[in-house]
Amino acid sequence: MTTGTQNTPPADTRQFNIDTVEHAATTPDIELPWAELGLKQNEFEEVVKILGRRPTAAELAMYSVMWSEHCSYKSTKVHLRQFGEKLTEDMKKDLMVGIGENAGVTNLGDGWAVTFKIESHNSPSFVEPYQGAATGIGGIVRDIISMGARPVAVMDPLRFGAIDHEDSQRVVHGVVAGIGGYGNSLGLPNIGGETVFDPIYQGNPLVNALAVGVLRHEDLRLANASGVGNKIVLFGARTGGDGIGGASVLASESFDDTKPSKRPAVQVGDPFAEKVLIECCLELFKNSLVEGIQDLGAAGISCATSELASNGEGGMQVELTDVLLRDPTLTPGEILMSESQERMMAVVNPANVEAFEAVMATWGVEYSWLGEVTDTNRLIITWDGETIVDVDPKTVAHDGPVYDRPYHRPAGQDALEADRFRDSAAGADLPASGDALRATVLELMASPNMCDKSWITSQYDRYVGGNTALAAPDDAGVVRVDEETGLGVAVATDANGRYAFLDPYAGAQLALAESYRNVATSGAIPMAVSDCLNYGSPEDPEVMWQLAEGIRGLSDACLELGIPVTGGNVSLYNQTGANPIHPTPVVATLGKFDDVGRRTPSGFHAEADGQAVYLMGVTRDELDGSEFANLRGHLGGVPPQVDLAAEKLLGELLINASRDGMIDAAHDLSEGGLAAALSEMVLRFGVGARVSLDEIQGRDGVDAFTALFSESQARALVAVPRTEEVRFKDMTTARRFPVARIGVVDVASGALEVQDQFTLPIEELRAAWAGTMPKYFG
Amino acid sequence: MTAQNTELPLIGDYSTAGPVLTGARIGVVTFPGTLDDRDAARAVRLAGGEAVPLWHAEPDGAAALSSLDAVIIPGGFSYGDYLRAGAIARFAPLMDAIIAAAGGTAGNDAGLGGSAAGLPVLGICNGFQILTESHLLPGSMIKNESLKFLCQDQVLRVENNATAWTREFSAGEEITVPLKNQDGQYVADEKTLDRLEGEGLVTFRYVGGNPNGSRRDIAGITNAAGNVVGLMPHPEHAVEPGFGPDSAAGMRLGTDGLGIFTSVVASIAGGAQ
Repeated sequence: MTTGTQNTPPADTRQFNIDTVEHAATTPDIELPWAELGLKQNEFEEVVKILGRRPTAAELAMYSVMWSEHCSYKSTKVHLRQFGEKLTEDMKKDLMVGIGENAGVTNLGDGWAVTFKIESHNSPSFVEPYQGAATGIGGIVRDIISMGARPVAVMDPLRFGAIDHEDSQRVVHGVVAGIGGYGNSLGLPNIGGETVFDPIYQGNPLVNALAVGVLRHEDLRLANASGVGNKIVLFGARTGGDGIGGASVLASESFDDTKPSKRPAVQVGDPFAEKVLIECCLELFKNSLVEGIQDLGAAGISCATSELASNGEGGMQVELTDVLLRDPTLTPGEILMSESQERMMAVVNPANVEAFEAVMATWGVEYSWLGEVTDTNRLIITWDGETIVDVDPKTVAHDGPVYDRPYHRPAGQDALEADRFRDSAAGADLPASGDALRATVLELMASPNMCDKSWITSQYDRYVGGNTALAAPDDAGVVRVDEETGLGVAVATDANGRYAFLDPYAGAQLALAESYRNVATSGAIPMAVSDCLNYGSPEDPEVMWQLAEGIRGLSDACLELGIPVTGGNVSLYNQTGANPIHPTPVVATLGKFDDVGRRTPSGFHAEADGQAVYLMGVTRDELDGSEFANLRGHLGGVPPQVDLAAEKLLGELLINASRDGMIDAAHDLSEGGLAAALSEMVLRFGVGARVSLDEIQGRDGVDAFTALFSESQARALVAVPRTEEVRFKDMTTARRFPVARIGVVDVASGALEVQDQFTLPIEELRAAWAGTMPKYFG
Repeated sequence: MTAQNTELPLIGDYSTAGPVLTGARIGVVTFPGTLDDRDAARAVRLAGGEAVPLWHAEPDGAAALSSLDAVIIPGGFSYGDYLRAGAIARFAPLMDAIIAAAGGTAGNDAGLGGSAAGLPVLGICNGFQILTESHLLPGSMIKNESLKFLCQDQVLRVENNATAWTREFSAGEEITVPLKNQDGQYVADEKTLDRLEGEGLVTFRYVGGNPNGSRRDIAGITNAAGNVVGLMPHPEHAVEPGFGPDSAAGMRLGTDGLGIFTSVVASIAGGAQ
């Protein structure tokens, strides 16, 4: 067997009591640490039934990691199914690869395709913020490469505990530096995300990572091992002892006192190795040197071998002593479970072996040939020729346990819904005078959730690649795909945990509605969805209800909006003791531009001086769960009404208006309502505006306070050049979408002026908005 | 980097202002970990030159350079910035060829290498770090004063428009280009700094606040011959309307960085100054 470098460890490091299949068959009564490895009794019994004997230590390691919630989706499979069931032919027409592969792939036309996916790296980021966040980026980027795509951008939706909690210092600094440290070194622009502070996330910060990649149709690769005789190769970084789930258990099995007893459970990232791996893989794809490819993430070699074999037609034979190691004392089980980063596994036709090795040499990447594809339908792993794993790969990778866990509406849900903000003590004495409203706008824009996040985004490279057309703080991140035509994509991520807490079904739909709206506001046509479902423990029936409702809500909404979920991730057990986080379904929508040159800016530019400002959509009295209610410490009632038909229509109008040059700026209304949207549009380029609330108040029957702070959905602000006003009005009238001309862009004013209420100089607003993050984080 | 399509599409009217097919061949170096090579190549093309990929392990560096009119060492994290930014890349065989082609470093007490007849060389960000590690330029780069990576639109003043890479600017002109680095704080001993100032070798200076603590607000310097320039911010990210920094003309319309690349194309077309 050839290896990229010499890898024969000294003989004395191999003194393990190797638990072979043969040994297992003759020693049925040996006690195995299945409980410590996270398997339930019924699951262990199922493994024994499948194998017809007790598993070997290595097999036990594989089943335990692959049947974990993280890898098997055992608690959510019965619900996630809806994403596949609620699909129309129309939703499938651009879907090249759907749920189940490393990432979904959507056709962009002109021979181009785009792949994107969002994943969680929550727990590692709490334990070790820098490496946790860094390897979150690394993992999602390898998913994208696995599809045959060049990664072109990343985004990070983040949720931290209270901004003033002392532990937030550690977590925020670490996570942001980790994302920057890893992502910046890969040469991937970070084009957006969101940051939310809420005490509910204190012990469970959410660090989600999204990556976008582009590929030519012919470069599409899938994770399957086909073609008997094809070679299996592991390449990239060496395998070490980091990220082993139950390392201490396995280590104690080896009876070897000389090996390190404690290993970090959090993986350690090396972005340089990943950058080289990206370029190396792209060269492999370009020269068609791999038949199938799989990244090594959670569950490492266990996952890669079993998934490749399970997806293929035959079986696979692998010799584990050929794995290149950082630590020669690792046991077979540890090697199988290690989550060392920056590794890939590929299936290579023997005819391409030499060319494959030449690419590895060019990029200085280490590799080792581990085995080959067989026709046995078995995944057989040997250690020095002795069989330590002999399983049907499907039982490991795909036919794990499935639970339809019990769930019920929480006992307190009715009381929660009945606790309306208006009727609460917090809702008494609402600001009404111009001075009070002015002070409230300043308070809102300086609040942790609404304040300037450039303290974070300035630590990320948004320029590299030269294709970034929009990035934070604009509504969506936009990157060009084809330099000749301007073809490109927009991506936005959104979620509101408070809304989802008040109504998990509506909350998931509102997350989709907002990301859909953000993409449309930038001018792109929404095409696909990826979701990261962050919830508490599925073993709590009330959390399970939130999760079931969230998935049902999101899948229903995708069907109504006509865009498919192409992939994503479920993150459960986000809770401290008995206290789960708010249900937080982070939804990413991807849209398409024929030419990114027509993307719409999210603020008033000086060139837009004198243009009319229109508010599109209807304002209702919807303050429950709002940022304003949050400022007053209230959370109860029902979230804003979901109106997907209105969202779809608004989206179409914004896209048409952008394409036909009817608008020069657009910004969606979401958290913080009209007050936040106006402030952000004014702050974007430091250009003021004069508006009046009279028409909204009269038409929608709301007072000035409600007009400014309600969070009614399906609304957007746009700046319309004078010459386009007739066309714009005609278009919205014909489609029966309500719009109100509320004011004008006014460079000379240097302020946000709400007539009859208040005038807020931009510099005063900026000082409040920009001061918060530096105040806490330096 | 995989091979790039470096040919200009032969469409459009090049007879008036705008890109001109000059025949200028400009090498763009790729080390493992280089990130802005494609951006630098695009900037060369937009300036009317031909971008030629240069692999760090080029077996015959001198031969590869012999057909080139200039070289750009782009930004990134060559070799992961291990040991120190630029410290490993400096020892790539190709760097020996580049140092020699630029005029060498022999006899330069302050590391002011190069010669007027030497190959024009531009180091951007990590490329600048590599040039100081190579002793083609004096001084060194340490971590930003804030200790954080910083990405922002940055105003620079062109202090010296007599180099191969700045002749299209006017002296004192202010330009806006993106800045993005972790180790961008330029440092040198006082004697070297005085010499740089005295001989007018400070090429770019930060305006409107020093973003990283660089001595004397230095953003870029040149050698005495003017063929070698190192610059911390990224002109290659400000060359194409729609993808650059925000400007008075509109969102992301800033193209102030293009002048660096048209300067070297003009230098090549017009011969040494």
